Amino acid sequence: MSKNDINIFITDRKGAIHDVIAPTDMSINLMELIKIHEIENDASIGVCGGMAMCASCQCYIESEHDLIPKSDDEEAMLSEAFYLEKNSRLSCQIPISTNLNNLRIKIAPES
Amino acid sequence: MIKSDILIIGAGPVGLFAVFEAGLLKMKCHLIDILPKPGGQCSEIYPKKPIYDIPAYPEILADDLVDKLMEQCSQFQPGFTLGERAMTIDKQEDNSFIVTTDKGTKHASPIVVIAGGLGSFEPRKPLIDNISKFEGFGVEYFIKEPNLFKDKKIVIAGGGDSALDWAVVLCEIASEVTLIHRRNEFRGALDSVDKVQQLKNLNKIKIITPAEVIGLNGENNLESITIQNFDKSTEDIQTNYFIPLFGLSPKLGPISSWGLEIEKNAIKVNNSLDYQTNIPGIYAIGDVNTYPGKLKLILCGFHEAALMCQSAFKILNPNKKFLLKYTTVSGVEGFDGSHKKAPKAVIKTIS
Repeated sequence: MSKNDINIFITDRKGAIHDVIAPTDMSINLMELIKIHEIENDASIGVCGGMAMCASCQCYIESEHDLIPKSDDEEAMLSEAFYLEKNSRLSCQIPISTNLNNLRIKIAPES
Repeated sequence: MIKSDILIIGAGPVGLFAVFEAGLLKMKCHLIDILPKPGGQCSEIYPKKPIYDIPAYPEILADDLVDKLMEQCSQFQPGFTLGERAMTIDKQEDNSFIVTTDKGTKHASPIVVIAGGLGSFEPRKPLIDNISKFEGFGVEYFIKEPNLFKDKKIVIAGGGDSALDWAVVLCEIASEVTLIHRRNEFRGALDSVDKVQQLKNLNKIKIITPAEVIGLNGENNLESITIQNFDKSTEDIQTNYFIPLFGLSPKLGPISSWGLEIEKNAIKVNNSLDYQTNIPGIYAIGDVNTYPGKLKLILCGFHEAALMCQSAFKILNPNKKFLLKYTTVSGVEGFDGSHKKAPKAVIKTIS
């Protein structure tokens, strides 16, 4: 683990928890992290590539981290998502940064 | 029976470019796509997003790229079966294939190319328990024939472009149009939002926000829907049709049971040679395939299309020797009689 890496805990759709190492210096977001670690079927996550246009990467934030606020695009897409909860976010809209160390997220069911 | 030299499943950018590459080798293509228009993801998911990694285009909007690919391949007169899903494939005695769609349209071709991207786009269905009971009996996910809704009461759910656009179109046809969305803001092209606002002011469209459809009621056909308002109160609204427009999500679908080797939801191909699958005569190109080092980029799909065409040519013409020709040298001879070529240089003595 390099000094630029942090830990993120991802609960997959079947309930298994993955403790993954996430680089903060690669300009990647949480959706891409899920894909890199092949935590879900590739075609079921990040279908639009990360443009906040499909909600396939919806996740629930399960820790108390301070996240960047939702953009208008993210709000709009979430308003059309299914299985929505108060802690829903589009993982593609959350860049990985050092303040997210030990973040816990759960991937929302596939719709 | 629709016949072609190459049958392409998927009319996205890679499928369209394959038509051009095949045309250069005098092979005629036909395309099948479940969407009602060509373009695949570029048209369906992000038509107005700029793409920055198409060679020689520093920036191009996805739907402009599709327009240009359509223009580029038009001289090779591709056929299209749109709005239909390729369901089954049957190998014939002569090693050719017959692909049949969900509507029963049959396509015969010696070569089948799957350029299906992430799969066929299917509607995202709202989580209402009995929704499947009313599919075809009042619940519609696509609007194929607007006159179906003539003088009927309809409820559209959704907050994006398609919900707005169809509300505008259908309010001229239906007797009553109600638009329901989970929040007050709609996300659409500015003129679509303005148009809906105007129609609302004229009482031609009823808008209920923030609210959600949570129940469907009726004996056989849909008779009413139950909506839940923001304050959790519920009410029933009479309607003949409920049209949820929450976008589409791709599924590999029937192709996954065609006997092709599948890995990580993609079709395994031979990338050291020609992108053929484990079934000779069936190729997979673009985002739908996988091989070591695969990159899901449009430009990689273009490359795969070119190599696939060379290989398909050899299958179709086993006895013909072929030398790669450059369009700068030979020009482009269309199947429509057109012939594009570089203007001749002037040869003249300067005295």
